[in-house]
Amino acid sequence: MSITYLEAIREAQARALAEDPRVFIYGQDVGAFGGAFKATKNLAKEFPGRVIDAPISEDAIVGLAVGAAIEGMRPIVEMQFADFSTPGFNQIVNQAATLFWRTQVPCPITIRLPSGGTAGSGPFHSQCMESVYSHYPGLVVMTPATVEDAYSMLLEAVALDDPVIFCEHKLLYYHLKAEKLPSEALPVGKARIAREGRDMTIVAYSAMVHEALAVAEEFATEGTEIEVVDLRSVKPLDTDTVMASAARTGRLLCVGEEWPWGGVTAEVVARVASEGFGLLDAPPQRLNAKDTPVPFHPNLWAAHRPTARSIAVAARNLLRL
Amino acid sequence: MVQAVINRQAVGAVPALREPYLQAYRYMALARVLDDKFASLYRGGKIQGGVFLSRGQEALSVSVGLSLCKGDVFAPLIRDTAGRLAFGEPILDAVRTYLGSPLGPMRGRDGNVHRGRPKAGLLAMISHLGAMISVVNGMLLARRLKGAAGTVGVASIGDGATSTGAFHEALNQAAVERLPLVLVIANNQYAYSTPTSRQFACRSLVDKAVGYGVGCSAVDGTDLAACLSVVGEAVSEAREGRGPQMVVAQLLRLCGHGEHDDASYVDPKIKRSPVGRDCLKVSEEYLLQQCWADADTLNSWRREAAQNVDEAIATVQREPTPDPYREDWSALVSKHLTEPHSEPANGL
Repeated sequence: MSITYLEAIREAQARALAEDPRVFIYGQDVGAFGGAFKATKNLAKEFPGRVIDAPISEDAIVGLAVGAAIEGMRPIVEMQFADFSTPGFNQIVNQAATLFWRTQVPCPITIRLPSGGTAGSGPFHSQCMESVYSHYPGLVVMTPATVEDAYSMLLEAVALDDPVIFCEHKLLYYHLKAEKLPSEALPVGKARIAREGRDMTIVAYSAMVHEALAVAEEFATEGTEIEVVDLRSVKPLDTDTVMASAARTGRLLCVGEEWPWGGVTAEVVARVASEGFGLLDAPPQRLNAKDTPVPFHPNLWAAHRPTARSIAVAARNLLRL
Repeated sequence: MVQAVINRQAVGAVPALREPYLQAYRYMALARVLDDKFASLYRGGKIQGGVFLSRGQEALSVSVGLSLCKGDVFAPLIRDTAGRLAFGEPILDAVRTYLGSPLGPMRGRDGNVHRGRPKAGLLAMISHLGAMISVVNGMLLARRLKGAAGTVGVASIGDGATSTGAFHEALNQAAVERLPLVLVIANNQYAYSTPTSRQFACRSLVDKAVGYGVGCSAVDGTDLAACLSVVGEAVSEAREGRGPQMVVAQLLRLCGHGEHDDASYVDPKIKRSPVGRDCLKVSEEYLLQQCWADADTLNSWRREAAQNVDEAIATVQREPTPDPYREDWSALVSKHLTEPHSEPANGL
């Protein structure tokens, strides 16, 4: 038996609903239909009245979740696509993220963002929003790269007393599989060494972890050992693990599927450069998507985002510096 | 179901109205005294940031506060001093928030009208208009999920906020879920400086409710008896399970948007029209005319209000100010997830 990344997300929600009566799910098409990606398949039947279809009103969806949280509930909001969280942006960053700081009332809501590109999805069904939300104080931003993390981190997101932006990558939904669901996990805020190496560190998260691992395998055949750090959550960012890895290898490349201006990769490079400049043997590098909207056609899309191929080029350049 | 849109008139003077009317009047008078005090503190440079008065909106606002019970939800907006007091907000909460006392509900982290106690059902507004309505919806839905019935939520907004997407999304959401929401709109003729002719093109804001299948009533916001009756009835309808209700009150903002604004753009014709009446004066004349109170009694109430406000201000002025070194500078409940952003290192 194996379980996919998407099934893990469904199973985590089923468990949260079963174990905690304060949990409910609210979002477009999440009820009897089971969600656009079937992440809530059968949950409306298993948990009557607790998996609620919402009108196409992202602002009001998040606002309602905040109100329910004030009343002690733990809502899970499904945004149909991460891209559509922008009409709900105000409620996320100004209402949910400021509530505890302003009023001392916690805001335990989880907002699931089906994120990232898939071939043919185009500019408005492919975006990564983690850097945008990480910029705002008061939010925790999770970016699971594995089936195990998708499951355990979603459960942890629901259990946290803070608003969580849960960025699940659509490209991993179906093809990423694990043998079974995990019984234990690293705590949120701790990065994971996805692969050990001595010659160079690639810091990645979400789908880019798998591209980086593919590059590491390729380089290993040539005798170069790349260490891959999976950030797991981008806020908080586990600077210690990144710094320790950079200290071991002396070379840092940070890869993100987001646009290149600012963001997670810039944050990682800035931290290592300012706090660990002396650890590096070469200038720290970063690789992101191109600075255009995400293109529709697979040829363009594949060239827009970092892939094992473009990461390998960046890695070879870094080894020569 | 769309209910008939009706324009209710002031109810006739009946003895049963005397007690609620006098109670409402006293909160209105207290609100006016408190507001005037904030204005003078502002002019004296004692208040940081803005001061936003409720002048002209007290009758509508107090009707909301008095229509609600303990356990209900109230999301006031910027001109709800009277409604907040009637709902139970202590004078000290208002004063401490305006003066930034760390002992107040916002502890100097937020100021002026951005205050509340969400766990007590009094929401602390954010500045983005229309954004509190869906939060009230969420509180009401949560209560339904928990099996609690019979509570009502009121959100206050102005004519300007009816142009926001948040207003439309939340009103529709409340209608779809058939929540006990009452949306009270103070059409005070100006959103900051923008007149209603540049805000909406429908004949009346009442029409907006019709489009969502929400019951709506219009009321003269300068008439306290009418406000008590219409708002009270809308709250009762919602409490009895007849779905969300909207109330649109016609009145005039008798001040600037904030005390920094001289409101020179307000059309003098509106000021002279019935909508420009001061609801506090109108209610005073009415209760004198009804012989429900005499001039001496009114004066003693005003003196008492002034004394309570002065005491609160004296108390808060003796309190400490926020200390940046005692701030934890963390926006999270989960302190272990707070990022330790280092200051630029010394001696490198």
